[in-house]
Amino acid sequence: MNRDVNKLDVPVVFKGVRIIDPLNNIDQETDILIKDGKIASIGHVENIEGVKTVELRGKWFCPALIDMHVHLREPGEEYKETILTGTRAAAAGGFNAVCCMPNTNPVNDSPSVTRFILEKAEKEGFCKVYPIAAITKGQKGESLTEFGDLKEAGAIALSDDGRPVVSANVMRVALEYALGFNMLIISHSEELELSKEGCMNEGPISTMLGLKGIPSAAEEVAIYRDIRLSAFTGARLHIAHVSTKESVNIIREAKKQGIRVSAETAPHYFSLTHEAVIGYNTNAKMNPPLRSKEDVEAIIDGLRDGTIDVIATDHAPHSELEKDLEFPLAANGIIGLETSIPLSLELVRNGYLTPMELIAKLSLNPYKILGLKPSSLTIGEPASFVIIDPDLEFKVSKENLYSKSYNSPFLGKTLKGRAILTVCDSFITFDLLNLL
Amino acid sequence: MPPINYERRFFFVMIQFPHRHILSINQLTTQDIAFILDTADSLKEILDRPIKKVPTLRGRTVVHLFFEPSTRTRLSFELAAKRLSADTVSVSASTSSVVKGETLIDTARNIEAMKPDIVIMRHFCSGAPHLIANKINASVINAGDGMNEHPTQALLDLMSVREKKGGFKGLKVVIVGDIKHSRVAHSDILAFNKMGALVTVCGPATLIPRDIERLGARLELDIDKALDGADVIIALRIQKERQGKVLVPSIREYSIRYGINKKRVKLASKDVLIMHPGPINRGVEMTPDVADATNSIILDQVTNGVAVRMALLVLLLSGENYR
Repeated sequence: MNRDVNKLDVPVVFKGVRIIDPLNNIDQETDILIKDGKIASIGHVENIEGVKTVELRGKWFCPALIDMHVHLREPGEEYKETILTGTRAAAAGGFNAVCCMPNTNPVNDSPSVTRFILEKAEKEGFCKVYPIAAITKGQKGESLTEFGDLKEAGAIALSDDGRPVVSANVMRVALEYALGFNMLIISHSEELELSKEGCMNEGPISTMLGLKGIPSAAEEVAIYRDIRLSAFTGARLHIAHVSTKESVNIIREAKKQGIRVSAETAPHYFSLTHEAVIGYNTNAKMNPPLRSKEDVEAIIDGLRDGTIDVIATDHAPHSELEKDLEFPLAANGIIGLETSIPLSLELVRNGYLTPMELIAKLSLNPYKILGLKPSSLTIGEPASFVIIDPDLEFKVSKENLYSKSYNSPFLGKTLKGRAILTVCDSFITFDLLNLL
Repeated sequence: MPPINYERRFFFVMIQFPHRHILSINQLTTQDIAFILDTADSLKEILDRPIKKVPTLRGRTVVHLFFEPSTRTRLSFELAAKRLSADTVSVSASTSSVVKGETLIDTARNIEAMKPDIVIMRHFCSGAPHLIANKINASVINAGDGMNEHPTQALLDLMSVREKKGGFKGLKVVIVGDIKHSRVAHSDILAFNKMGALVTVCGPATLIPRDIERLGARLELDIDKALDGADVIIALRIQKERQGKVLVPSIREYSIRYGINKKRVKLASKDVLIMHPGPINRGVEMTPDVADATNSIILDQVTNGVAVRMALLVLLLSGENYR
């Protein structure tokens, strides 16, 4: 943990908080006592001498949240983000852990890069970092990385995120080989032949703006391929950044058939449509692209019925160098760590998800999919939690963001709801209101 | 020859032309368009004078910034500026600092620092002129951006049709060819639709962009049905280098299935106008006899191009005190 982070070393009781714990299926307003770095009690507590009392009536007290799809850019592109700034943004966004994708420079395709990330995170980080290593060397889609060594070095899963594994056979072999190490393969599903040169969703808006489109089918055929390969090999598969209606249908059908597939979407895919691109807004350019209203509705349906297990941000920092350009030449990706909670809360405000269902998609489900011990608010568990004020409004601005980059389509907008206190293994990684 | 009254017209200009940039047909109202065409009509007379020059824009500077090869459009813009006595400078991508790795915004800011009045820009990326328009003080005219728009081409097409037909209400305009990659088609659809014409597009389905109806065009894949009763046929250039790969099997098949020939012209109305934005591939988009027929106004389009561009330069620079 970063040296600037203070440790919570006095007993504290949070009074009147709304405890939301999907693992234990608890959603109730009560008091929670943290003592000696552990959850000491849940339930009404009288004021005790020597125990700090924090009144936070109605605020959400949740277990640790994890964002399983983040680009920290270090090593190689430290001008966009570093392990320090990225994890700081994560803590400010309410996250206790992130999984970082391997498309750094050099690519995280060897134990030395994995260890570098872990050591750096240990020294400078504001949250836990679980590196995801590449499936293929250099993410070139040709030969497999050394899964066993990578796992031993600390890689939590494998993905060539940023680009697909083009060869169906390489993907098949990867899934099969991963069985021996019980490692999760995360698929960036994209048929490059179809998406080639495209820079936004293909549809009325791409026609209106004269921009080359990316058909939704480019994602769907790739997801279908990888799901069939997962079924055939019996290996676990996780689909990253699901963005289209038919993708949701394909995954739903696969789950019905008992195929070991899980899926995530990002907040922008249920918050924005391709209309956000109008005006050639490069902060609305990402891959997969923002889709139609129909797709957004299907993503929300997928979240509601459990087809989509996880909300992960695909936090992808870029500087002006990559974004202040002609739209077709600008880089794909937007930051997401600090806007994930308010955008996701919109699902609760609109009645699509219960608070418990939402927190499960940000905590319990991703922990389980990654094979990690889920964080919960169980007595005796370490003090790792986040407190969310669902009604607190804040403006997304360059000044307010902890991330080194500010390539967000929400820049200048006021969003509702945010983390006010993040505690990771008794370390106070974010304390907006100076409560502790 | 009576002196033309464009000086007096400027008085109205100041009130009636509220635009700083010309980026898209979408930004123009039907009144704006009528006003541009009226102005172009009156300026066109200058092109027939023995001395083809008026002092209107003396001391004004027009920069032509072309990031994509162009002969006709660039020549047309340059002549338009010179006819009005503006100083003109041309920068093309091969001589610009783009090859040295400068960003578009930096290039534009550097040009801005030399205080031009108007920047006329062609770029291979859709939206590039919009990006620049937000960053500099000079007016920007979009001379074609990627697959997006070519508004001055649409205006000169309108002018050419209005000259012959008197108006647009209910006119059946058929655009044939590579609609998907054509910024001319895009701007023409918007412009003719806005002025009350009925626009139909036709071409191989692989060259029609998705949801084209949303721009206001009707789609008809059968060329004979599309041409039925047409008042205006606009054939678009088929880029030979792009075809024969995937989207169209061969130029030969295209010319047979979608080329405009005499027989097909007979399906249209009796006094149909034949148009083409150029450069034309004779024998591909249309047969030579169609291109050279009396109802072909392909060369009128070229002449009117200069007049329309003169009108835009005058209107943008006259209105500027009232921004």
